[in-house]
Amino acid sequence: MRIGHFKETYVSDQAVFATATSRFWLGILFALLLLFPFVAGDYLLFMANLAGITIIGAVGLNILTGFAGQISLGHAAFIGVGGYTAAILATRFNLPFLICLPLSGLMAAFFGIIVGGPSLRLKGLYLCIATLAAQLILEFVFVHWESVTGGIRGINLSPPEICGYVLDNDFKYYFLTLAMVILCVTAARNLFRTRVGRAFIAIRDRDISAELMGINLLRYKLYAFAVSSFMAGLSGCLWVNFLKTVTPEHFPLMESVRYLAMIIVGGMGSILGSIFGAIFMTIVPEAISTVLGLLVNTFPTAMSFLFPLQQVIFGLLIVIFLVFEPHGLAEIWRRIKNYFHLWPFEH
Amino acid sequence: MPKILSIDGVSLAFGGLEVLSDISFDVNEGEIFAIIGPNGAGKTSTLNIINGFYRPKKGKVFFQGTDITHLQADKRAALGLGRTFQNIALYHGMSVLDNIKLGAHSHLKTGLISGLWYWGAAHKEEMALRKEIEKDIIDFLEIESIRNQSVSTLAYGLQKRVELARALAMRPKVLLMDEPVAGMNAEETEDMARFILDIKEERNITIVLIEHDMKMIMDISDRVLVLNFGYKLTQGSPREVQKHPDVIKAYLGQKKG
Ligand SMILES: Nc1ncnc2c1ncn2[C@@H]1O[C@H](COP(=O)(O)OP(=O)(O)OP(=O)(O)O)[C@@H](O)[C@H]1O
Ligand SMILES: [Mg+2]
Repeated sequence: MRIGHFKETYVSDQAVFATATSRFWLGILFALLLLFPFVAGDYLLFMANLAGITIIGAVGLNILTGFAGQISLGHAAFIGVGGYTAAILATRFNLPFLICLPLSGLMAAFFGIIVGGPSLRLKGLYLCIATLAAQLILEFVFVHWESVTGGIRGINLSPPEICGYVLDNDFKYYFLTLAMVILCVTAARNLFRTRVGRAFIAIRDRDISAELMGINLLRYKLYAFAVSSFMAGLSGCLWVNFLKTVTPEHFPLMESVRYLAMIIVGGMGSILGSIFGAIFMTIVPEAISTVLGLLVNTFPTAMSFLFPLQQVIFGLLIVIFLVFEPHGLAEIWRRIKNYFHLWPFEH
Repeated sequence: MPKILSIDGVSLAFGGLEVLSDISFDVNEGEIFAIIGPNGAGKTSTLNIINGFYRPKKGKVFFQGTDITHLQADKRAALGLGRTFQNIALYHGMSVLDNIKLGAHSHLKTGLISGLWYWGAAHKEEMALRKEIEKDIIDFLEIESIRNQSVSTLAYGLQKRVELARALAMRPKVLLMDEPVAGMNAEETEDMARFILDIKEERNITIVLIEHDMKMIMDISDRVLVLNFGYKLTQGSPREVQKHPDVIKAYLGQKKG
């Protein structure tokens, strides 16, 4: 039986058109992102930085959980390790920002590898509990190792400096955030064009057959933990330098849960989904409270029950999403894109 | 002919249940070696022992003269043990092409850092791999038109073929195939039989084949091993085995085969 009546050659693959179109739109997007800070107000700039820093963390978690299938409830703690590393290196050792940044990632990756160690034996819920333990232990350390972490008061730091250029406002910081987002997203995409990314997906889909296909399960699970927490560490470093302070309350268990919700809403196993999820989870709560704020102005008496509604509405939104589009925002986006297909390069 | 694979006195048990009892056989280089037997005879378990997914309670496994009994499964794959599965085990999160590429895992070098960076060595490796797969596997198995599809959308027969493609990408010296034509129609079965013969003859790959389809076994295999309740019943040429009274008895009362 022959499949198909003509012989497609892989060179044609219509790849030429697809890349021309996506290059065009990526170019436009990049230009818009560069223009954005010049037109955006303080509030939008603040939100954009926040979203960007969150995107890096979400991409990291999606690599581990969405692509490699290892559920983690400790992501916030890894972000915390990065944040504290950055703050301690900057204040105690006076290391320049560009050294602190990769070291924060490496330190978080180191912790990620330790926590990921049992992942060969622990699967699913059991691994989830192990990462939960890591989260709680690290939280405890952030609070109680006062001589190093500054306890509940935390550590304050001065704005980062890159090659003599001080990033002392949200406008300047935006360009750092943007550069790091592009770097991390590109690196993540790259990974999934190689055997390393394929091995992650194979482990997620069927780890027994993955091993028989030649994949060293332990090594690749640890790789997934390492890359994921490295990005968490970078995100933590950027976050702490952005707020110019680090305290334990930035990295609670709830934050780990929020990151999981992010990649589920955005789309598990999708880099683009991580971006959508991070933006959604940053902007939507703000939008809800803005709308509620307006309502309170009109109906002052409703104040007492409108404000607690925020969390409920947000939770409901997530549930509605999962019911109607379990593959997340990335899937919705794919459908929109298919609808417009190769525009503007068709024919 | 030199032997490429030897199973020497292997026993396997799950809890109290003995699944394989003192099984020994040799597979010669370049032959199609069939394993048959009723359901639950221990055929799949035998492949799993060879692959390193199960560890024998007793006995040894030799590959090209070296004892691999204690070698990890992934290292055995790298040595040249390819595998297809009775219940298709493709990765549904990947395209057909990526599934096939995954088979080549042990022959690639890209590490974590070069993968994140991609440009340069990793890119070159991917391009070379793509070319090799297109030329040696996709053309050969006639799956050009589905290479970019997601495997979950494929018909059963095609999924089996993609699994074979992935196994070929492993560049195996010995290919372990667990019921490659189960559930296929006559035409698909014939295609698969032809592919298996081509793989043996043109690529000089040794094949260990589990199958319930007796006609196919008789047509293409060089030697046949018969298992029953974890015991080795007999072994010989397809003709000898077919006439063996114990084999006839074991298959009696069984529709299959
Ligand atoms: N992981 C396992 N745990 C417990 N029992 C097992 C396991 N794997 C196989 N068995 C048992 O071992 C016996 C042999 O199974 P095996 O899958 O090797 O049979 P088979 O010859 O491949 O049969 P079939 O033709 O149905 O595929 C069966 O009784 C099966 O239930
Ligand atoms: Mg079987």
